[in-house]
Amino acid sequence: MNQPNQALSDEDKANMAKIRARKWLVISLRVAFAVVFLSGWEISARVGWLDPFFFAQPSLIYDQLVTWVVDGTSQGPLWNELLVTLEETVIGFFIGSALGIVFGIFLGRNKLASDVFSLYIKMANAIPRIVLGSIFIIMFGLGMGSKIALAVVMVFFVVFGNAFQGVVEADRNLIANAYILGATKRQVTMTVILPSAMTWILASLHVSFGFALVGAVVGEFLGSRHGIGLLIATAQGSFNAAGVFAAMVVLAIAAMGAEYLITMLEDRILKWRPAQFVEHGSN
Amino acid sequence: MSTPAIELINVSRKFVTPTGSTVLALKNLSLTVAEGEFCAIVGPTGCGKSTTLGMITGLSPPSSGTVKVFGREVRGIDPNIGFVFQSDAVFPWKNVLDNIAAGPLYRGMQKDEARHKAMDWVQRVGLKGFEHHYPHQLSGGMKKRVALAQTFINEPKILLMDEPFSALDVQTRALMQEELLGLWSEHKASVVFVTHDIEEALTLADRVLILTKGPAVVKQTYDVPFARPRNVLEARHTPEFIELSRKIWTDLRDEVTF
Repeated sequence: MNQPNQALSDEDKANMAKIRARKWLVISLRVAFAVVFLSGWEISARVGWLDPFFFAQPSLIYDQLVTWVVDGTSQGPLWNELLVTLEETVIGFFIGSALGIVFGIFLGRNKLASDVFSLYIKMANAIPRIVLGSIFIIMFGLGMGSKIALAVVMVFFVVFGNAFQGVVEADRNLIANAYILGATKRQVTMTVILPSAMTWILASLHVSFGFALVGAVVGEFLGSRHGIGLLIATAQGSFNAAGVFAAMVVLAIAAMGAEYLITMLEDRILKWRPAQFVEHGSN
Repeated sequence: MSTPAIELINVSRKFVTPTGSTVLALKNLSLTVAEGEFCAIVGPTGCGKSTTLGMITGLSPPSSGTVKVFGREVRGIDPNIGFVFQSDAVFPWKNVLDNIAAGPLYRGMQKDEARHKAMDWVQRVGLKGFEHHYPHQLSGGMKKRVALAQTFINEPKILLMDEPFSALDVQTRALMQEELLGLWSEHKASVVFVTHDIEEALTLADRVLILTKGPAVVKQTYDVPFARPRNVLEARHTPEFIELSRKIWTDLRDEVTF
């Protein structure tokens, strides 16, 4: 496995060729799917199987995006709107995750507190939290504050739940070992509990960024002066289906970017995890 | 006679199940381990061997009775104690060097100094070249070496081992036993070595204690007369060894049959 490059055997070469071929297969199938899906949609709309008034059509969505990018939206340049939404999302995401991690680890480490509060947290988690958006708009007004608050609430419970679970699942032996090696309770929390909960926490960050985005967009939807959510609300008000879809495309691209960054962070922090081997002979 | 290193006086340990009933794991167990003595405990599965070790560390105090270490009653975790676990207890997110340096760092040593000391131990357990590997990149035997170095770097006066080599294959186990005897002979800590492997107990220990099935009491004590330093691979073929191991087997057989 660790042999130098110049000594690649024929088998190694064949294996690498196989891996490359598979990568290309995946990429071309992805492109093929997009082409079939979009052209099917476009053709159905043009032929009249789908009513573009309700379902829009790819070319109209594209036109809408071009208009937004070139001429700006009715609320101002598209970048500004996206920036507003992303700012709300990212701030809400960070505050929500930080609170979730702190509370998750605290309750995970404190049996009494977790027994007392777990009931209330379950209750709070069972409420469709999105309705809090209305209250936040009354509390914090139409500005960013209410959207950030909603994003925080959306993110908190996901991260909290995972951080808590991560603490509970931490290996008893590792904790005992650290204590015997001479660690204080604080050192155990920082050097054993936190790293072992990290796998769980990072897994939750993937989902919770999406939740933060939902919080921000719905908050804007409920009442705001800027943001992609307002763009969607405006498009809805003028029966502009293409506008709604175009805003969705913008959000999807932003979310994919964030997902990429989180995966990079995860790979960095969890570099101690075993690498995945490609199963031999599987396609 | 000087103060024994470890003294258990009439200790019992109860566990309370979530339904409120109690399970008695140990009942009026007494044993002493002299300073520098290597003591092995053999007993049927679930007889409370690991519980005994837990009480000596102070991680799980006895329900009644007294546990003393160097004449003082155990309260909390004694810094003189080292513990080698059955399963892997090395930190998977730390590389070999940082795993070994963990103990000194926890105890307040400067980072450079701790690393330097750890590097020394990396060499002593034969892991040079692997100091920046993570545990998942190591074999079972190498992980055990890390665990041994991690424990020995703290220079424990009392060494507790809970079936440390039971997950290893036969050859690796013999190598690790030799390694352990080598490390141990330098400072002669008092050792309590829990195992279910009679040959392992006889190869390593000065004294072998046989426990009964739970709630456990000491059934029989055997002194192991073989001279040190011992050859792990050859000791087990001598007639004395075979005779002693047969005796212990007879004792144990009565405990494992139901």
